[in-house]
Amino acid sequence: MTEYSNLRRAFLEVSDLSVQFPTEDGIVRAVDGVSFSIERGQTLAIVGESGSGKSVTAQAVMGLINKRNADVSGQVIFDGEDLVAMSDEDLRKLRGNKMSMIFQDPMSSLHPFYRIGDQLTEAINAHQKVSKTDARDRAIEMLHKVGIPLPAKRFDDYPHQFSGGMRQRVMIAMALINSPSLLIADEPTTALDVTVQAQIIELISQLQREFDTAVILITHDLGIVADVADEVAVMYGARVVEHGAVDDIFYHPQMPYTLGLLASVPRLTQVRSDRLDPIPGNPPSPLRLPTGCVFQPRCVYQDEVVGDLCRTQRPDLESVGPGHEVRCHLPAAKRQAAAEVALAALGRSSS
Amino acid sequence: MSAYVVRRVISMIILLLLLTLVVFILFSLLPADPARLTCGKGCTPAVLEANRHKLGLDLPVIQQYWEFMKGLFVGRIYAADSPDPVVCNAPCLGYSFKRGEEVLVLIKDRLPATIWLALGAFILWLAAGISVGVYAALRRGRWQDKTVMGISLAGYSLPSFFLGLMAIFFIVIRLQLLPYPSYVSPFENPIQFFQTMLLPWIVLAILYAAFYMRLTRNQMLEVLGEDYIRTARAKGLPERIVIRKHALRAGLTPIVTAAGLDLAGLLGGAIITESIFSLPGLGSLAVNSVNDADLPVIVGITLVTATFIIVANLIVDLLYAVIDPRVRLVS
Repeated sequence: MTEYSNLRRAFLEVSDLSVQFPTEDGIVRAVDGVSFSIERGQTLAIVGESGSGKSVTAQAVMGLINKRNADVSGQVIFDGEDLVAMSDEDLRKLRGNKMSMIFQDPMSSLHPFYRIGDQLTEAINAHQKVSKTDARDRAIEMLHKVGIPLPAKRFDDYPHQFSGGMRQRVMIAMALINSPSLLIADEPTTALDVTVQAQIIELISQLQREFDTAVILITHDLGIVADVADEVAVMYGARVVEHGAVDDIFYHPQMPYTLGLLASVPRLTQVRSDRLDPIPGNPPSPLRLPTGCVFQPRCVYQDEVVGDLCRTQRPDLESVGPGHEVRCHLPAAKRQAAAEVALAALGRSSS
Repeated sequence: MSAYVVRRVISMIILLLLLTLVVFILFSLLPADPARLTCGKGCTPAVLEANRHKLGLDLPVIQQYWEFMKGLFVGRIYAADSPDPVVCNAPCLGYSFKRGEEVLVLIKDRLPATIWLALGAFILWLAAGISVGVYAALRRGRWQDKTVMGISLAGYSLPSFFLGLMAIFFIVIRLQLLPYPSYVSPFENPIQFFQTMLLPWIVLAILYAAFYMRLTRNQMLEVLGEDYIRTARAKGLPERIVIRKHALRAGLTPIVTAAGLDLAGLLGGAIITESIFSLPGLGSLAVNSVNDADLPVIVGITLVTATFIIVANLIVDLLYAVIDPRVRLVS
């Protein structure tokens, strides 16, 4: 870290973040030494399959992990302050205020017993002293901003009177009501209809421009990543295995897992008879992560590494270009060759 | 909403009518002969027959039922053709020749003790059960949780007659902290009333509180795992608001159901507790009437108790709509 000390710190800088849950079956390593950073106005996408540690990473940044049940270590420097070392009360004051989060399932993320307006104004009142009418006006303005028709009327409605897409808009309004500088969106479109997905993503981007918000977008939808992300972190087995600008990931991927992820996306240009190319095998159990490379048990290139390194030694994140890092034992030439083969199969070239 | 209430009230009345019929037929099938029990030692077949006629037991069951229902609305005169007719004014729930009293009057006399017992215990067990249950849920898996749940299991397993007898033996007889229970109306002598009711309240509440602790704890644990609780925390709400406003209200729904029905059940008389503390309530009246085969009283108590439960059911369902706005739509 010393080499960065004379540089300006990023707006949010996560370094060596680890989250472990002690359970009766052993220690669950949900997040293992994750580092990334993000500036205001930028979008970082965290991609990876279920159980790769994306959501836990996000919840650790938000301070939503109960420290009683989990061991959180590392640093999360947010606007100059370390969130990991911060007291619960100070964290609470930041949550929903300077940083906020929207979740995957808008159907269950709103309290079914309280009016939308009540849930929105509650978010305002948690952080500032405002009169009832001011809070109401602010909430209605926010509902209008996220595209809810007749916001003054809908203010008094209950969540079950809204569709899924409208509920996610309400969630977005709630998350942005105190103009946060960091927004974490944890699979915000996964539970929605495809036609609504694009609207929600567009809404987030538009509000991001307006408020100059840093956005961490957690998703497994690579199409959305290609649309909105500036940077991408690929997570696998609780670790970041590749990290780079969105073009690096899509056009110069280096890690065999990233290649597999790209190959498993269906394409319209694909011939019908061609099967999708899923990655063989299953992700590792967080209870028993492999000792070497976490992806080794599923990796088709492991035999090309001499000395059985993939099995025995954990690879480090290694810089392969400006802002592009890869965690892989394969020699650079072989990685590139593998990437070319994979991209050619996708009908793209790695130029 | 109001249409829903009307519908529910109508179906409630139909249910009550059916219930009276079933109760009436069931009791008419009993082998005991109430006329024989009113007859005493020097009984002759002639007196027995006269008594049977007096009680209306010589009529077919359906006609007896009709007389009973008519009595509810317009009153009833037993043995109208004899020199000493017995008048039972509407609403007439029947007449106990054994006790020489209208059933309704008997029940009215016994109801206050039962209501006070049930209400006091209800407040105690809800307060203890919910607060301790929430406390245990918030300390899930830690020693406080385990201790509380252990105590609750013990409380749940102790029969109330054992608890009641122990309480009387140690607190009243040995330590003489309280005088021997003797029921008076709270409006007559409030101090004696509280001295009498304190132990029965606690004994009855312990049994129920143990169950409500577990119910509340499990309910809270389930709700605390809900997505909307995570949302509340993500909003930066203080933890006490997350628990009190967001978690507790959602967790309360099944507790309201259980509480309503348990209270209604108790209003029909807590038989064991009333007997141990010699409270003049419906429970002890019911026990005595069963021993005496005093049919009219048993039928009356059964109907009153059933009415409490049916009405409580309705109230619980209406409370649901108050707690959960989604229920309002369905109706």
